[in-house]
Amino acid sequence: MIYQQVINGLMLGASYSLVAIGYTLIFGVLGLLYFAHGEVFMVGAFVGLYLVLYAHANIYVALLGAMVACAALGVAAVYVAVRPVAKDRPLAPLISTIGLTIILQNLAVYIFGGQQVAFPETIKQTLYTIGPITISSVQLFILGVAVGLMVLLWLFIERTKIGRAIRATAENHETAALLGVDVNKVILVTFMIGSGIAGIAGVLDGIKNSGVSPFMGLSAAVKGLIVMLLGGLGNVFGAMIAGLMLGMIEILSAAYIGTTERDLFSFMILILILIYRPTGLFGTRTADER
Amino acid sequence: MAELANEPCLAIEGLTKRFGGFYALNDLTMAVAQGAIHAVIGPNGAGKTTFFNLITGVLTADTGRIVFEGRLLDEARPSRRTVRGIARTFQNIRLFPQLTVLETVMIGEHCRYYPSILKGLRDLLYRPFGEAEDERVMRGNALELLEFLGLADQRDQKASDLPYGDQRKLEMARALATRPRLLLLDEPAAGLNPHETEHLDEVITRIRDRGVTIILVEHDMGLVMGISDRITVLNFGTRIADGNPREIQDDPAVIEAYLGEDEAP
Repeated sequence: MIYQQVINGLMLGASYSLVAIGYTLIFGVLGLLYFAHGEVFMVGAFVGLYLVLYAHANIYVALLGAMVACAALGVAAVYVAVRPVAKDRPLAPLISTIGLTIILQNLAVYIFGGQQVAFPETIKQTLYTIGPITISSVQLFILGVAVGLMVLLWLFIERTKIGRAIRATAENHETAALLGVDVNKVILVTFMIGSGIAGIAGVLDGIKNSGVSPFMGLSAAVKGLIVMLLGGLGNVFGAMIAGLMLGMIEILSAAYIGTTERDLFSFMILILILIYRPTGLFGTRTADER
Repeated sequence: MAELANEPCLAIEGLTKRFGGFYALNDLTMAVAQGAIHAVIGPNGAGKTTFFNLITGVLTADTGRIVFEGRLLDEARPSRRTVRGIARTFQNIRLFPQLTVLETVMIGEHCRYYPSILKGLRDLLYRPFGEAEDERVMRGNALELLEFLGLADQRDQKASDLPYGDQRKLEMARALATRPRLLLLDEPAAGLNPHETEHLDEVITRIRDRGVTIILVEHDMGLVMGISDRITVLNFGTRIADGNPREIQDDPAVIEAYLGEDEAP
């Protein structure tokens, strides 16, 4: 039984990780909380859903479409809610992105309706049994895409020129700029990547729950934030591991303690981190100077 | 070429920067010759930091202009000025603690290489799993600079794990990686032991010999008098003297400014 729960925990955790990666990447280079990320996740789910419903796209096209649309949305968010507001007032962009959250959610209700919409079956359901574990083709697909994305992102951050510039910008804006790194461009690229990943995560979540709703962004946002704090602000590797951990904790507590207490555990963990380990499990890595 | 040699590397004309009613820099005019080691000295609060911040574009001057290699230096953003050919190091070392020594230097090269889809396709075609061509070239350049400053053996260490003197050298390697023609050194001797300082004048001279003009802000008078071709002295944001080391040492205004500071606790 425990193996089965571990698989389920990894599944849940992988989607937490994907959302948290965007949060933590953006927190790293901006040094501030970008609130609208959960809604980007929701928009991605709808873009994927509509591509499947109306363009009869297969799941790969849907994922790609959601990624591109959300990357564009991320760039738009920078121009609308981050750049125009005062940089010397750290709370201003927080408030403006909360505003963006409200706008996106209401737009989604207006366009897509306030109801949950079913996500059609896009992957043929087959069950595989390996020893004590039963895993479906859908679960395998979600886990595969999520882990694949994380590996790609890790290589991108660690092995490419732009990835290195993102890391340098996250450590110190002014120094990076004085070394010729175009910080504004790095911020744009970071929003594109974080938002694109959130879009894919949204579609995966739609497949997993067989449904999409305009209100799915909030819970994703909250879990993403918990994971970011757990992994350490700005720490991408931390977000990956912490997401998987949180998923596992939630599923195991649901399985062995009770499903109603699931969120209770998440928030208890959040409070414990804030009290005993404010830098997260894997250390904070953010711009000390903006 | 002769024409270029006569033209100053950096010409500063009537530069003024106020913070409220306080003049951090007041109507400063000076010229830095090509290939020179030009020191800017003065008591604390003389305006040296503001001077650097104006040249690198971190601050904007209230009045006055800066001409770099015969062209007005009017790029607003610091990163664009780095691309123009101006780099600096910092008095309080500012490395990226999580990056390795090699990566730190490669960040300096960032502005010299532009990503493109064509390059990406070429790399994918010729070396699908290997290092991109630009990365290979950048790594080679970075290693050359690390060897030049004697840090090649520490290339894979984290920047923050280096001893203090090596961190200073790493900052210089990183600044040189942007391929500057003008390098601003902000108190490179601060925090170094006498042995390391002795070695420093040789390092600075060798950097100049690579064809880099150097502006040196420094408190260590032994170092300044030993290697500078020309010295500008600031006090309360105003230029009080300008000349070669011998002239400066004998200048009564300079002596007074420094004695005044010495009397303070």
